[in-house]
Amino acid sequence: MRELAIFITVTNTSPSLSWNLFDDIASLFHYEFMVHAFQAGTIVAIVAGAIGYFVVLRASAFAAHALSHIGFAGATGAVVLGISPVFGLLAFTLASGVTIGALGNRLRGRDVTIGIVLAWTLGLGVLFISLYRGYATEAYALLFGEILGISATDVAITLVAGVVTVGALIAVYRPLLFSSVDDDLASAKGVPVTALSIVFMAILAVAVTEAVQVVGVLLIFALIVTPAAIAVRFTSRPMVAIVTGIGLALAFTWAGLTIAYYSPHPVSFFITSLAFAVYVAVRLSEPIRRRIGVRWALSSTTAG
Amino acid sequence: MTDPAIIARDLTASYGARAIWSAGTFMIPSGSFTAILGPNGAGKSTLIRMILGQLPPAAGGLEVLGRPPRRGNSDIGYVPQRTVFDPELSIRGRDFVGLAVDGHRWGMRLTGRTKAAADTSASIDAVGARDYADRPLGSLSGGEQQRLLLAQALVGQPRLLLMDEPLSHLDVRNQGAMVQLITDVARERRLTVLLIAHDVNPLLPHIDLVLYVANGRLAIGRPQDIITSQRLTEIYSSPVEVLTDSRGRLFVVGLEEEVSHPHA
Repeated sequence: MRELAIFITVTNTSPSLSWNLFDDIASLFHYEFMVHAFQAGTIVAIVAGAIGYFVVLRASAFAAHALSHIGFAGATGAVVLGISPVFGLLAFTLASGVTIGALGNRLRGRDVTIGIVLAWTLGLGVLFISLYRGYATEAYALLFGEILGISATDVAITLVAGVVTVGALIAVYRPLLFSSVDDDLASAKGVPVTALSIVFMAILAVAVTEAVQVVGVLLIFALIVTPAAIAVRFTSRPMVAIVTGIGLALAFTWAGLTIAYYSPHPVSFFITSLAFAVYVAVRLSEPIRRRIGVRWALSSTTAG
Repeated sequence: MTDPAIIARDLTASYGARAIWSAGTFMIPSGSFTAILGPNGAGKSTLIRMILGQLPPAAGGLEVLGRPPRRGNSDIGYVPQRTVFDPELSIRGRDFVGLAVDGHRWGMRLTGRTKAAADTSASIDAVGARDYADRPLGSLSGGEQQRLLLAQALVGQPRLLLMDEPLSHLDVRNQGAMVQLITDVARERRLTVLLIAHDVNPLLPHIDLVLYVANGRLAIGRPQDIITSQRLTEIYSSPVEVLTDSRGRLFVVGLEEEVSHPHA
């Protein structure tokens, strides 16, 4: 309902670009909902960009995708029960994340199994929506994001969750990197690889829950996987890849919000399209870049 | 030679109720180079896992460098069995070797950066991998990856080097170079080396001992004593012939079929 009200407000005022950049920026932050959108979007982009590197390194993109879909059933279930969908989302993503993490290597190559569970939970989500008649907007927001409907309280919760996830990632950084590159070797060196796999999936579950607010369940890839996937094509240094991924996620979110402000189309569309366009451009330009030899200096021998 | 590096007495390995091998009694002297041979699934990697402290003995005693085995022992360098790294794996060889320095510690590397970088570089130089250490691991050849795997195993000056099939995915020329490198590094650093292999031939000029894991038992001996038609036929319980060429090198015939049709 709230989204609808905002939608009407936006179309009524119909902001347009002027030639004055300062006026444009002032107009962008004129509405409180835009300020909140930028705040939440920034936090989510930082978290998504950071964890995305490990998702790509561990080749667990499908698991990230599965988490968000399974979370959808939890969120809609929570709506039926009359509690905030965020709690349902978090409960389901955490439970499935911990399960996937505990199964660890045994789940590798079990895409079919994950896919079957995933399809069923989406079906559950559809049932829950139908049980709660008249709230299609809730479902729509969960599927495709509702960043323009974020309150100051939501921003505060997102900030706390963001600090926790980034803090947890920093705390497990080295052993997580080690076990992501070579599980067997890390284990021999005394790294608790299974516990770490569970912790990682739990962090991912919280990050997915946060990101759902911005891009929704169906579009989560654009913020978690795409920026990191682009970053690792430019650099093979972990910290540089993480910072690049965060930078790209921020750029997509900010640009998407700005474009959406001046257009009648949804934010999620612009964020996902920007991410997709940059990824395609990077992949297509690869043969050319290789020929010219301008693979970023970041991965060259001079960068020690 | 000083104290033995590894002592096993009536050692038995099992996964749950399933026994892998039993009554393994052997001694590995310090500074020796031992090849571990045997058919697929006979339990060669199981022995390595036991020495690493990842699998407790089902029965019997095992002493590694004078102590019971324990996980995360920094006196042991380990090269795990693997085919090759994922070609998409985008991490520099240098960062990978660096993980062996402090990858098991929590948090990020805040202090001791200079020392960690120096240790990493020293290990990379020791295996002659400096030219490609800054390229993504996934983009390197099998031989280059194997050298960097050895480099990470050498970090922290270990006394014991355990290698699980480091030669399997290399061509003949690279196998020879790798064995020579392992031998040189081991001699220079007085390392005890245990190396699992499928083909004993590239190792024959360098090894002191051969440890066979076959038929649920372990058998150890000097190559010239154990790699004989009679002993191998006994160990594998199938006909194996050992031939000697004009330069005194041993050639084992019949094992190829054994390897492709494991019965363990």
